[in-house]
Amino acid sequence: MTIANFAIEYYQYLKPDGTLCQPLPKGLDNNALLELYRLMHLLRMFDGRAINLQRVGKLGTYASTLGQEAIGVAMGHAMYADDVLVPYYRDYGAQYQRGVAFHKILQYWGGDERGSDFDNAEDFPICVPIASQSVIATGVATAIKYRQQKRAVVTTIGEGGTSEGDFYEALNVAGAWNLPVVFVVNNNQWAISVSREQQTHCQTIAQKAIAAGFSGEQVDGNDAIAVHERMRLALEKARSGGGPTLIEAITYRLCDHTTADDANRYRPKEELDMAWQVEPLVRLRAYLTAQKVWDDSKEEALLLECRKDIDKDVDIYLSIKPAPVTDMIDYMYAEWPEALKEQRATLLQFGGSPHD
Amino acid sequence: MTKITLVEAVTQALAYELAHDENVLVLGEDVGLNGGVFRATDGLQARFGANRVMDTPLAESMIAGLTIGMAAQGLRPVAEFQFMGFSYPGLDNILNHAARLRNRTRGRLHCPAVFRMPFGGGIHAPEHHSESTEALYAHIPGLQVVIPSSPARAYGLLLAAIRSPDPIIFLEPKRIYRLVKQEVPDNGVALPLEKAFVLREGSDVTLISWGASMHETQQAADTLAQMGVTAEVIDVASIKPLDTATLVNSVNKTGRCVIVHEAARSGGVGAEIAAQIGEKALFSLLAPIQRVTGYDTTMPYFKLENSYIPSVAQIIHAVNLTLEFS
Repeated sequence: MTIANFAIEYYQYLKPDGTLCQPLPKGLDNNALLELYRLMHLLRMFDGRAINLQRVGKLGTYASTLGQEAIGVAMGHAMYADDVLVPYYRDYGAQYQRGVAFHKILQYWGGDERGSDFDNAEDFPICVPIASQSVIATGVATAIKYRQQKRAVVTTIGEGGTSEGDFYEALNVAGAWNLPVVFVVNNNQWAISVSREQQTHCQTIAQKAIAAGFSGEQVDGNDAIAVHERMRLALEKARSGGGPTLIEAITYRLCDHTTADDANRYRPKEELDMAWQVEPLVRLRAYLTAQKVWDDSKEEALLLECRKDIDKDVDIYLSIKPAPVTDMIDYMYAEWPEALKEQRATLLQFGGSPHD
Repeated sequence: MTKITLVEAVTQALAYELAHDENVLVLGEDVGLNGGVFRATDGLQARFGANRVMDTPLAESMIAGLTIGMAAQGLRPVAEFQFMGFSYPGLDNILNHAARLRNRTRGRLHCPAVFRMPFGGGIHAPEHHSESTEALYAHIPGLQVVIPSSPARAYGLLLAAIRSPDPIIFLEPKRIYRLVKQEVPDNGVALPLEKAFVLREGSDVTLISWGASMHETQQAADTLAQMGVTAEVIDVASIKPLDTATLVNSVNKTGRCVIVHEAARSGGVGAEIAAQIGEKALFSLLAPIQRVTGYDTTMPYFKLENSYIPSVAQIIHAVNLTLEFS
């Protein structure tokens, strides 16, 4: 006797060859697609520059987004300014559109907490302890629900992170309380060296939402159109009281886990070569070219413009003066407790100058 | 005025803040309809509604993270962990986020949350229900750890904790939840969070304790008084940060110091207090500092728990050691 049936849908608009497999969703015209394309290029170029800065010792360990640009960019574009992002560490595409300048992202990976003091009052900073952001996002969503605001929370995670207890606990309360939150899983097939197949026996990550009582779906994470449209719908649902959604975006980590990793130790070369065939920029460019709104000269001009933008941010980053050593103390509490003032004096005496 | 117990004082403080600040919310397992397993939230859901006194799913890590997310939005959530022994799944979020949020965003976000939990033994509870691991929390920079030991201090300190802009671990000594009753005016007046309380003045020895052990410590002081020894008794109340000045001033006066805590001895908060007194009052000391503590063992199951918890006789013995020394 079957007492329940569940299904997971998969969504794609733009095939790897740049042709549409279904009509464009409403609201995404060529201008909007050109903007998504520009942002993906900008992000990819930024990513390359960040890695170069790390290689020459001017940046700490950095987590790349290469190959996963469609997710962050389309997600950020679909969000409203007053939604809240509770990210993990491959969401620069969304963060950038929400007031986080590239020089702030560099400052963060450059070892300076001030990188998380960015121009957005409510978004959370990059989250490193895996899946803790998922439960925090449910708290932000609870506050929004309590105040009866029409806003949504977006929180992201890698497919490896969905094995964490916090992820399941977050899904559970989001379902139980019908919270306005969208869980986005960047399924890039690798959690450092552990493959998607080793991570879970689940046929999809999306189905984990089913156990929590709400809908999960898969989307082609290299298709900016599909990510944008499914995000738009999930956000609308969340803002209007329809509750949570889990979106599993299927992509591929074309980069190492971070600059401290060497994926050649575990990732088959053939798999990487195949993944390059379906990456997100090429297909959108093919589509825009076929629409006759893009060509080589526009591409060249765009790359030049991106380079100038990023140069500016890199210059800002490299010229930032170190923070006073007492910053490590002065932000611990609203008021540094009387009992601990001695330690501040010790720091001033022996703390030396900041590490440049 | 009716006299109330410590746990009733907790309820009274929560009700006061719920009534006066719509940003204050109470959440946890069984805190709503059931009023909490110790009835600390009794009647609050009926009075303030299920959207302000929220029964959560059974998931402590989620409760911690949820509380942090709410606090970052400017709410003032008061989360209850049912027992300290169940709070550890929440440690990840408390340590990595609640305690760090202000610092790691350089003040852009902060976490005005209270994490309440009953702690300590002596109530014949099941396994894992009687721990005193306050030193775990006290070690975490960015947190404050507060422990009331009377109804009046429970009321005043909890009000202060809820109004604090930073995360507070509020540990409630469940052995004395209903031990004494006191008149506690419901006037909304908070007590200072970073102060130790001198409960009794004396000149021969300083007795320092917190939580449920305050009870035995005060009994010991009574007995000592009959023996002609006047003990100064201090309730530390805030174990992070420590009000070192009050402790040191007292030891400077008495020259002798006995620290009493139920938690395991090694690495306990008593060690930190002894170190502070050693650094700041060494030449006032007429005898080595004595610690009367739980043992470096797992908190025993209830058949043996009374042998673990520091007794009045042990405290008096420790005081006598300091008196005999010089």
